[in-house]
Amino acid sequence: MLRIESIKDGTVIDHITAGQALNVLKILHITPSSKETVSMAMNVSSKKIKRKDIVKIENRMLKKEELNKIALIATNATINIIKDYKVVEKYNVKVPEIVKGIIKCRNRNCITNLEEIDTKFKLESKDPLILKCAYCEMKTDTIEFL
Amino acid sequence: MKMFKNRDIISMVDFSREEIDHILDVAERVEKDPTGCHDLLNNKILALLFFEPSTRTRMSFESAMYKLGGKCIDLGAIDASSLKKGESFTDTIKVISKYADLMVIRHPAEGAARYASEIVDIPVINGGDGTGQHPTQTLLDLFTLKKENKLERVNIGILGDLRYSRTVHSLVYALTLYNVDMTFIYPPSLRLPDWILEHLIKNDIRYKECNNIDEVIGDIDVLYITRIQKERFPDISEYYAVSDSYKVTKSLLVSKAKDDLILLHPLPKKNEIEKELDDTPYAKYFLQVEYGVYVRMALLGLIMGVFD
Repeated sequence: MLRIESIKDGTVIDHITAGQALNVLKILHITPSSKETVSMAMNVSSKKIKRKDIVKIENRMLKKEELNKIALIATNATINIIKDYKVVEKYNVKVPEIVKGIIKCRNRNCITNLEEIDTKFKLESKDPLILKCAYCEMKTDTIEFL
Repeated sequence: MKMFKNRDIISMVDFSREEIDHILDVAERVEKDPTGCHDLLNNKILALLFFEPSTRTRMSFESAMYKLGGKCIDLGAIDASSLKKGESFTDTIKVISKYADLMVIRHPAEGAARYASEIVDIPVINGGDGTGQHPTQTLLDLFTLKKENKLERVNIGILGDLRYSRTVHSLVYALTLYNVDMTFIYPPSLRLPDWILEHLIKNDIRYKECNNIDEVIGDIDVLYITRIQKERFPDISEYYAVSDSYKVTKSLLVSKAKDDLILLHPLPKKNEIEKELDDTPYAKYFLQVEYGVYVRMALLGLIMGVFD
């Protein structure tokens, strides 16, 4: 049985890899001081991926570019855009070709770790997920958030 | 082939074989008639921003710019600049870009030149970024190999600090575009970074690795020697464990090397090459320095749009 209610308008992010819901909020820059009402379910059983997290954000239609960043930590996540309780758009997230500003470069001598500079990564491979720092050129398969 | 006018020169990763060959061709034209270029960059200013020590790269660019009729302005010592007052790298770069037509940057952090190229409106040349890339050194290395007829169907040995040396990283990447075999000789802790080895494997490049120069010296046509750079080691004890761990001697070459073997070195060298080798036909490292000026003249002229 689902433990959180349907929303009238907003965005539902479903099939998030179990345990990653809080990181999804981080990626979307949703903090306690944000205006949106957010409900979250963690470790819910799922036919598709056995265990999943769900995030529902009321009264905010997130842009595709923002939502696609979720694929960095939850490749199976699906997005449902809700209007008047109905799903008006549904799609799977896709890892963006360029990821700006949310991931830390693991090279501690990279300029992005020494100056106040937004990080930038280029997608090298989707499966396995490999990103390359656009500045120091170091590749990483480990996502570490800023 | 991408246009060279106003182009940034940041990493060998950005260049195709055709583009590299074009730069080398232009350098050869410059070498044949260096005085014919004496006024091509009249009224142009090159800014030199060296956040790390440099002798060859800085002076070679200065020499190249003067030979083309241009002028240079220099950030000078960090202690004498506004960086000492706490100005950020970002602000320093933005300000100096307003004084010049193009800039060369050397910086201890990887990615600094790429970042600079994104925030200024003038072309940026990477004069070395941390342990990352040193593309103009690589272009002069390739020019030397071409002039010595050793850029195709040869076995190039690369000896020394393969882990931290940016000249090696740039060179190995560029050599994957040519039909050469590579032999890497290094103290066990100074192996090439994984990303370069992965690139070699992915592109079916033939290479061999070993820890002792004596084992392979007879098989190679070019030996590219690097200094172990104390300043790159995060842990100084790691440096002392490998310093003085190899030396190329005249007796080794005379007894085991091919007669037409050539030695290259990005310089400065310390004691990894026996001094007696400096005046032998093996040694091409001082010739590299001369070629470096032609290559940098070619690059400056291409970027400023005075060479086709």
